[in-house]
This record gives sequence, C-alpha cells and structure tokens, in this order.
Amino acid sequence: MSKLEIKNLHVSVEAEDGPKEILKGVNLTINPGEVHAVMGPNGSGKSTLAYSIAGHPKYTVTQGEVLLDGEDILSMSVDERARAGMFLAMQYPVEVPGVSVSNFLRAAKTAIDGKAPNPRHFVKEVNGAMEDLNLGASFTRRSVNEGFSGGEKKRNEIAQLKLLDPKVAVLDETDSGLDIDALRVVADGVNRYMESGDRGLLLITHYTRILKHIKPHFVHVFVDGHFIDEGGPELADQLEAEGYDKYVTANNAAKA
Amino acid sequence: MSVDTDPQAQHVADALETIASHLHPVPSYDVDHHPVPTGREEVWRFTPLQRLRGLLEAEGTGARLTWDVTKPEEVSLSQVATEEARELGGHAPGDRVAAMAALHAPAVDLVEVPADVSLDEPVVMDLRGSSLDEVVHGHTVVRIGNHAKATLVMRHRGSATHAALMQVIVGDGADVTFVAVADWEDDAVHAGQTSFTVGRDATVRTVSVSLGGDLVRIAETAEYEGPGGSIEQFGLYFVDAGQHIEHRLFVDHNQPRTRSNVDYRGALQGEKAHSVWVGDVLIRKNAEGIETYESNKNLLLTDGCQADSVPNLEIETGEIEGAGHASTTGRFDDEQLFYLRSRGIPENEARKLVVNGFFLDIIRRIGVAEVEEPLRRAIEEELEALDTPSTTAATTA
Repeated sequence: MSKLEIKNLHVSVEAEDGPKEILKGVNLTINPGEVHAVMGPNGSGKSTLAYSIAGHPKYTVTQGEVLLDGEDILSMSVDERARAGMFLAMQYPVEVPGVSVSNFLRAAKTAIDGKAPNPRHFVKEVNGAMEDLNLGASFTRRSVNEGFSGGEKKRNEIAQLKLLDPKVAVLDETDSGLDIDALRVVADGVNRYMESGDRGLLLITHYTRILKHIKPHFVHVFVDGHFIDEGGPELADQLEAEGYDKYVTANNAAKA
Repeated sequence: MSVDTDPQAQHVADALETIASHLHPVPSYDVDHHPVPTGREEVWRFTPLQRLRGLLEAEGTGARLTWDVTKPEEVSLSQVATEEARELGGHAPGDRVAAMAALHAPAVDLVEVPADVSLDEPVVMDLRGSSLDEVVHGHTVVRIGNHAKATLVMRHRGSATHAALMQVIVGDGADVTFVAVADWEDDAVHAGQTSFTVGRDATVRTVSVSLGGDLVRIAETAEYEGPGGSIEQFGLYFVDAGQHIEHRLFVDHNQPRTRSNVDYRGALQGEKAHSVWVGDVLIRKNAEGIETYESNKNLLLTDGCQADSVPNLEIETGEIEGAGHASTTGRFDDEQLFYLRSRGIPENEARKLVVNGFFLDIIRRIGVAEVEEPLRRAIEEELEALDTPSTTAATTA
C-alpha cells in the first residue's frame, strides 16, 4: 500500500505584513502505482506544496490533512515523515560540507530501515545506484552536494530515491536545469523506482519535456495555490501548445 | 596610513617598522616593555584576567612540563640557554605572558630537524602538567633546516598553569606541518605565544586544536624571512560550558609574493562557553604580489555561549594578488538540518553529522593521516557529549 491523500490543504508563510496564504485548499489523491504531474506557472505555489508535505519549518499548515496510508503525517516531524515513507527530491539540494555522500546515505538508510545495513551489501547497492545514474565511483567520497554541478545534484537525489525506496516520492522540478542526456538518465531512474507497481509519484514540473520520459496517469494544472484543471497525458500537450494564460485569466476572473 | 620609525625602539627585532595604527605591540623580550594590562587594552579586552591565575606577574618556579618525545633519529632534542635561543631569530614576545615565559623558563627546549632531510615519521611531543600550584614557564624553539620536510605534533595534557613561548623557525624551501593540540584537563590555564618564521619559498601548514582547559589564550604569529613563503593555518576548537578559548592570529606579510590562508572553526556548547578569534593580517608596503585569506566560522550549539570573532586587514600596498576575510557565527543551518532530516535522519543525529562535517571539512585538508585520524576521533568524542536537545528519538521498529 502507498496511498497519499491531500485534503483541503491550506498553507501560509510568514511575510513582512503578517501570514500570507500560499496554498488555498489543495485536494489530491495518489493511489499506488500512479504518477501525477503537477504543472503550473512560476509562483503558483508548486514548491510550497512539495515542502509542506515534507514538513519544512518555513511553512505553516492552517487547515487540511495529508494522509499516508491513512496516517496523518502533518503531526509528524520532518524525519518521522521520511521514515513513514515520504521522500522529497529537492529543486535545490542543500550542500552539507564535510559529510560524505557515503556517510550520509548510510545514516539515511539506517534511519529508514531502523537498522544498519549489511556493510558489504550496502556498498554494492550504493555503487549500483551511482552507476545507474552515471555518477562515478569516487562520487560517494565527496561532500553531500558540495561543488556538484546542477545535473549531479539532481542525479544524486534520484540515487537516493532508489536506495531509500519510499512509498511516495515528490519530485520538485527535478527536470529543470538538466540537459537531454541527464534528463533521460534521471527519468530512467524514476521509472525503475515505479516499476514495483505500488509506489506513488508526485511530479512537479514547469516543462512538459520530462513527461515524454515519465508517463503520467494524471496531469493537474496548479494556479494560485490550488488545482484548477485535471486531465490525462493529453492535457500536458495542450499546456505545451497554449501555456497557462487561459487558466490564469480564468482564475483572476473568478476572484474578481 | 602613516609609517614612522621610532628611534627609541631599540628592542625592535629586525628593525621592523612601527606602524602607528597597528594593533600589535612591538615584540620584545624585555618584560618591562609589556606593562601589566588592566583589561581595557584592545589585545586584552576579551580575556578574563583574573582567570589567568597570576601568569602576568608570577616569578619563575623552575617547574617544567614533563616531555615525552617520539622522534626519528635525525631529529635532535637539546636544552640551551635563553641568550643562545634568542639569537636563533624567532619572533620575540608580543605580550607580557610570552615575555614572562621567556624570562622565567628554566631552560629553552630546542628541537632541530637538520637541513635536507625528509622525515618519514612525525615528531610527536607529549607535554604533560601535573599540578596547578606552581606556574610553569616554558620556552621552546623548533628549527627546521633548509629544504627539510617534517611533521611535528605537540600535545598538551594534564593540569598546569602554563606560560609558553613557542618559536618555530622554518628554513628556506622547507615543507613543514606543525600540529598543536591543547587537550588539557578542565582546570588548566595556558597562555602565551606560538610564532612561525617562514623561510624563503618554504611551505608551512599549522593546525591548532583546542579541546580542554579552563582558559587557553594563544597569540599565533606568522612572518616571513624571504619572498615566496606560504603558510596555511587551520584551527579547531570545541568549547564547553565555562571554558575560555582565545586564538589571536597575526600574519605579517613582510615579504613580497608570500601567501597565507587562515581557516579557524569552533563549536561552542553550554553556559558561558566563550571563544575569541582575532585574525589580523598586515600587508606591508614592500609585500607586493602577496595573497591572503582568513576565515573564522563558529557554530553555537546551545544557548548561553558566546563567540567573538574579529578579522582585521591592514593593507599598505595595493599591488597584491588578493586579500580577503570572512567571519560567520551562527546556529545550525536550518536548511542543512532539513535536508538530512528529510531523508529520515533524526534531528540529533543530523546535528552531529553537521558539526562533524563542519570540522572534517578542514581536517581532511591537513593531508597527514597520523594527524587526521586522532583529530577525527577527538571530535567524535566531543560529539558524544553533545547535549541532546529535546527531539524525537529514532523509532527502531
């Protein structure tokens, strides 16, 4: 099982003139095996949705629920959510100087599994994941994300997705800044993760090109902090051709 | 900036020019040139003088730290008279405690690495104090011959009230790593000066680690004897409740085409943990083509601790390759913690990883395995004691 339900989620951030509402009632259900693409213009709140699910302290949930297999994850700490089975591939993965990729991965794997992995087996597994993502053998000795190219950072996120094998993964613009070869490598990694058939994927993207490599079951249009339209893969093609103008205009009209 | 030559300053070593605005006292072996401070002086204002346990005025006692030295046979160890030691040309005392150390040290310990040798094994000097009651004055000179390659480690342990002058004189073209570890018992007081004189085209790497002691205050100076010399200075300090750890660095770019890089990092935890880092760099008029950078970073792990960090650059020539400094003091980087925790790592463990990484980031640059490994272990031991703030424990299902 790996069902994620987001119900009427409202989220605010602290702004200079008091709290500002960014998410205005988000509803979404991801069933096991489903890929949901979330598309929307810049500033619509897509990243806020991703970070709120992961529990970033900057965002305050004012209303609503997020359930993973029926369990309320909003009452959990950041690390508890990850151990419950959530994963966020970040748009801007954070540099942690002095902490090697291998130490970091071992700490994460130990926390997620609740026990230290068999060392020899784990080294093999890590090397395999690195190879799959076209990251060299020396990569694990480097500090986490420090001095990585944009593409290396994203590929490292997907290597973690493979190793930690969460129930539901949220990918926040993992495709931005990738050249076409790196995009294919990353997409292959994500598709392998989904192969088991009972994982869930929330794919946040600004562009349609990644959807040629990762086939979504549903495409959602996100404008002004909530979903405004939903369809199958064909909706992505329509957005590619027409852009978001129609939706933004409609949203403004509805508010006025 | 005005430069005046004071004819009265007969005591000035090597006829250093005296610079009016300069924060640094003129170096001198004469104790009278270093009056007893009141605590308001710029160079003393951070130091709790009453905790120096009389080091500013104590007479000589004849007491010594016990020395236990492991060394390759090429290295010689001897004791010389203080007059003889002064002629070797180390940087003279810049403050009263260092001057007292030179005046009252029963003898000068001289460690010599001959020219042209390349040591396979490090020289390890274990110094131990056994009592707080008698002030121990110590004066040590380390001389590295021209083109020699050596690693030296000096560890301080035990309990002592210790005034020290340490002079490291590095010959032309030599390549030296010098590691000082203050791993004192909690009640020790250690103040004084450690000076590096860098020969022409020499490469010097220093590592200064402060873990124990009630009060540790070391002035660390570096200057050059010829062009082309390079010094890299790394520092690590872990300051616990009530401890005062003070590092005062002064790099004097007195020769052209010289290089310096300073990177000191500290972690503080507990009520009244206090660190002081002062990083002064002087680029003299003749020091064209030099390059310098200094950085100090402090991590405040709990409430109630204080890190003072003061970088200063005095530049007398614009004809340089580069000069800069950075100083940051703060709590944990929330984004780093969030990233680690978003992978399931419990908060407390994430904190340990971040602090460990903060230090490993410089330990790994030392490049000497027999130095790096014990430092890693020492940091891990300190981290074991890291107070665990309220956090959700890892569920080990």
